[in-house]
Amino acid sequence: MLRYIAARLAGMIPLLFGITLICFFVIHLAPGDPAQFLASMNPKFSETAYQKFEKMYGLDKPLPEQYIIWLKRVAVLDFGESFSQDGKTVTAKIMERMPVTIYLNVMGMLLIFLIALPLGVWSAYKQNSLFDKSVTVFVFIGFAVPTFWLALLCMYYFGVIKGWLPISGLTSYNFDQLSFLGKVWDVAWHSFLPVLLSVFGGLAGLSRFARNSMLEVLGEDYIISARARGLSERRVVFKHALKNAMLPVVTILGLSVPGLIGGSVIFESIFGIAGMGQLFYQAVMMRDYPVVMGILVMGAVLTLIGNLIADICYGLVDPRIRYGKK
Amino acid sequence: MAKNRLLGKVKGSYLFYSGLAVVLFFIILAVFAPVIATHDPTAIDLNNIFAAPSAEHFFGTDELGRDVFSRILYGSRISLFVGFVAVGISLIIGVFLGLIAGYFGGWTDIIIMRIVDIMLCFPAFFLILAVIAFLNPSVFNVMAVIGLTGWMGVTRLVRAEVMSVKTRDYITAAQVQGISGRIIMFKHILPNVMTPIFVTATLGIAGAILTESSLSFLGLGVQPPTPSWGNILTAGKDNIMFAWWLSMFPGLAIFVTVLGYNLLGEGLRDILDPKN
Repeated sequence: MLRYIAARLAGMIPLLFGITLICFFVIHLAPGDPAQFLASMNPKFSETAYQKFEKMYGLDKPLPEQYIIWLKRVAVLDFGESFSQDGKTVTAKIMERMPVTIYLNVMGMLLIFLIALPLGVWSAYKQNSLFDKSVTVFVFIGFAVPTFWLALLCMYYFGVIKGWLPISGLTSYNFDQLSFLGKVWDVAWHSFLPVLLSVFGGLAGLSRFARNSMLEVLGEDYIISARARGLSERRVVFKHALKNAMLPVVTILGLSVPGLIGGSVIFESIFGIAGMGQLFYQAVMMRDYPVVMGILVMGAVLTLIGNLIADICYGLVDPRIRYGKK
Repeated sequence: MAKNRLLGKVKGSYLFYSGLAVVLFFIILAVFAPVIATHDPTAIDLNNIFAAPSAEHFFGTDELGRDVFSRILYGSRISLFVGFVAVGISLIIGVFLGLIAGYFGGWTDIIIMRIVDIMLCFPAFFLILAVIAFLNPSVFNVMAVIGLTGWMGVTRLVRAEVMSVKTRDYITAAQVQGISGRIIMFKHILPNVMTPIFVTATLGIAGAILTESSLSFLGLGVQPPTPSWGNILTAGKDNIMFAWWLSMFPGLAIFVTVLGYNLLGEGLRDILDPKN
């Protein structure tokens, strides 16, 4: 097992290198440099200020040299200082915003798994039943609904017409005066809609995947033989089929991380939540290169970690994976 | 394969037909938008802003008094255009790289697949946002960026198909005859891996339309006054307190269109899958 994990880790190194390379060059080869942009925003930005700015951020050096300098700092998680007025480091800015995004995504992910797996497994077990057909219809709808549209409609209905739910931010104005339990309740109340919508967005794909995986397993010989031996349905489904059907589902965990992170841009902008997505959006609009690159790298690394965890889980439950690869 | 059996399967596929109907419906709307539209989609009428849906304005008017129905009609042109071109770009890149990786194997394969792995690590929407913001947002850039960040799945798919086709006898026969690798790849292997590509492309169009509308919604895609479903929704979000029709109808258009392409894609998959 340790060897397997070590091999996985070693395999990540070239990927990490490639990630930084793509991040850096995509951003730097794109037209429009930040110094010029700042100059166009501020008429008082003089020629000397321009040069000072370029020097300060090393923008006057040749690209490969800039890359090496940047890479050395990224290796110790130092993404430099943000271009914005507050002059905070990129790492500080990301750390400030990360907990909110992680909280929302983890909540969403947990609920997605809790709801989608039973849905998928049950509709596979009862293939072509009314239940299965309704789930299929739901899946098609879920795949096609633009979640930001659904978010708007929910905001309009629950927030504007009914006034049941808050439509913006994660906390009330009087958050600081609330008791601890009051705070927990306040945040939960505010995150209800964003989490609900991210669950809706992810439900379709996972339940479909679980259904296909379960269908495949239920058709295997060993299930037929288990039934032939006279085992109870319950035993066949839960002990024999379910275990193997859930294996591939684990990999989805890693694969869905980039989608969730990407989706946070839209959710956070609609609901006015100060998370990584919003930070990224603002940084992109202000051409804040260090922040954009920092978040791109962090996002990709989070995905790598997600994949690694999925691989390790897979290796833990399936010895063929652990020993199979030479 | 018996042609009659294939036809029989086409006849039985509700998915395929309902998807095809929706897709054709929107293509007709887009093509004949100038004929169907009741108003000029960019004509401003400040005396008539935020008019609720009526016989005069089917879907109401927006914050500048423009007719939302006509704007959605013209918006369907953008969506279709972006969908097809973006998927075209990712198909060209994906098929080409997949063919090479699968056919040559070895280092070529390792390098190409590593690049695919790396690209897949990025939250695609972040990457698209970053690039699009540095370029200037325009229809052309949106298509290019969606296409350039969406080829990885196609590459994987084509590579896997090529690897399985490559070992067949007719390919060996072609190799023994001394036919060049290029001709074998494009003339002998490619036609045999087209089936799954069709399905992926159809589903890809749905994805590209969704991405375009998200980008335009964030103000980084198609810019007003050119109407796009996404940028009408932005106006809907800003005026959600009093103009629900600005949010409702463009979203509905996106939903039905994407549903159509998804149904068509799944229908195709059912029809073309030899296991059924």
